[in-house]
Amino acid sequence: MPTLRQLRLYWKPVVFLAASLPLLRLAAGTVGLAGVRLGANPVETIQDSTGLWALRLLLATLCMTPLRQISGKAWPLQFRRMLGLFAFSYAALHFANYLFLDRALDFAEITGDLTRRPYIIVGATALLSLAALAATSTAGWRRRLGQRWLTLHQLVYPAGLLVCWHFWWQVKKDVTEPLVYCLILLALLAWRAWWARRARRAAALPAAGAA
Amino acid sequence: MLTRRPDAIRPSEITPESVFHGRRHLLAAAGFAGAGLLLGRGGRAEDIPKDLRRLAGVRKSPLSSTEAANSFEDISHYNNFYEFGLDKSDPADYSAGFRPRPWTVTIDGEAAVKGRFTLEDILKPHPLEERIYRFRCVEAWSMVIPWVGFPLGDLIRRFRPTSQAKYVAFETVLRPAEMPGQRSPVLDWPYVEGLSMAEAMHPLTILAVGVYGVELPNQNGAPLRLVVPWKYGFKGIKSIVRISFTARQPRTTWSTSAPDEYGFLANVNPKVDHPRWSQATERRIGSPLFSPKQPTLPFNGYAAQVASLYTGVDLVRNF
Repeated sequence: MPTLRQLRLYWKPVVFLAASLPLLRLAAGTVGLAGVRLGANPVETIQDSTGLWALRLLLATLCMTPLRQISGKAWPLQFRRMLGLFAFSYAALHFANYLFLDRALDFAEITGDLTRRPYIIVGATALLSLAALAATSTAGWRRRLGQRWLTLHQLVYPAGLLVCWHFWWQVKKDVTEPLVYCLILLALLAWRAWWARRARRAAALPAAGAA
Repeated sequence: MLTRRPDAIRPSEITPESVFHGRRHLLAAAGFAGAGLLLGRGGRAEDIPKDLRRLAGVRKSPLSSTEAANSFEDISHYNNFYEFGLDKSDPADYSAGFRPRPWTVTIDGEAAVKGRFTLEDILKPHPLEERIYRFRCVEAWSMVIPWVGFPLGDLIRRFRPTSQAKYVAFETVLRPAEMPGQRSPVLDWPYVEGLSMAEAMHPLTILAVGVYGVELPNQNGAPLRLVVPWKYGFKGIKSIVRISFTARQPRTTWSTSAPDEYGFLANVNPKVDHPRWSQATERRIGSPLFSPKQPTLPFNGYAAQVASLYTGVDLVRNF
């Protein structure tokens, strides 16, 4: 098991860099660096890539707690906030790309989307939830909110469901890909429900009452 | 005396003046040469693979658009052809094993002349024309494509449809061994499409055999595809093996698969949104990254030529 020092000096920068790679690729493709191409429809490529990585990193974030519970090691929790902030960052870029490049700040169209297009409403709600979590992710906010912080951060589950729903709804025909992510999310939720139930049972049992 | 015409300048070789000046202006402003996507790309033909046969005797058409065509690269690497996969890069990536020759087309239904014909017999009497058309996908992106083909109406007349023939139905080849997308049941294969007889006979409606002066790449519907420029792209059925004349409106693949989203007519119409997205604007492929979408025109800009086909038709209900 890595020591805290190894985590900080070595593993955290590695994970940070890995989570930045999709963004670096998009940046390189935008300015035509290093032969990276974003295809015939770069706005769509940026939209799809940032959205997909927001979802993947959100699921990675949600994997950290079960990983800790299964392994009994504390180190996965060291990555949880960073991954969560990356998920939010990609979601924010996804939204910025929609606003600036896709809609070119045409507010009539944007308002129309935000009131009439269900999958955009669902996506915007998910983004707002993630923004609330990102804003309160610091140690200071955690301290200030105390027990309420944990309650607030339960928002990550509905946010995850909304992100999957947003993905599902905008697919033209084949829902296999969103289905895979939905199943991963549901498996993670099921694990948590099972773990919480087990913890409650253990608490209810008399200390020496095991048969 | 032999006089030799200078080689025709392909539209692909022409950079519009505004683009020419705009590019330099932007480059100077950006201060570097590798500005990539920030500039967008005009038509470029240099990417045409050498193995695609050049088509001889192609004439210009007055029905062509004067807009700058998209690059061969964009046209051949960004398109939907679900027979090869669902991503728009899949057709280019997975169509190398497709064999568009030898090819036959069956003509049947309400016509005096019927039978199974080789592609050569189908094409022989028809002089080829270049038709530079706007192409509008139902997914709200668009291109300008220099097709090579001939009017479908000219072909139809050869087979003398009877007075019973009110519609023309088309069918794509079914070859799951060569078309990996057909191995998954996302659509009800083979792909089928149809037009009313009036739409099929309209001079803008063509059967295309090429693009940019060469034969069609596999991923664009080789060896024979339909192009109806005032309709959404999915009406342009590819790799056609059957043309049938019918008395009743034929079934079409997308209107069967999702009847609330795709209709039989599928005319480009900025006023009728797709249930999930707006059709009022479109992204022109190849335009600079920071350019806004452009407004979509009724009948994709061909209203003057085709709107009269639909007098008295409720185009909101018949989307």
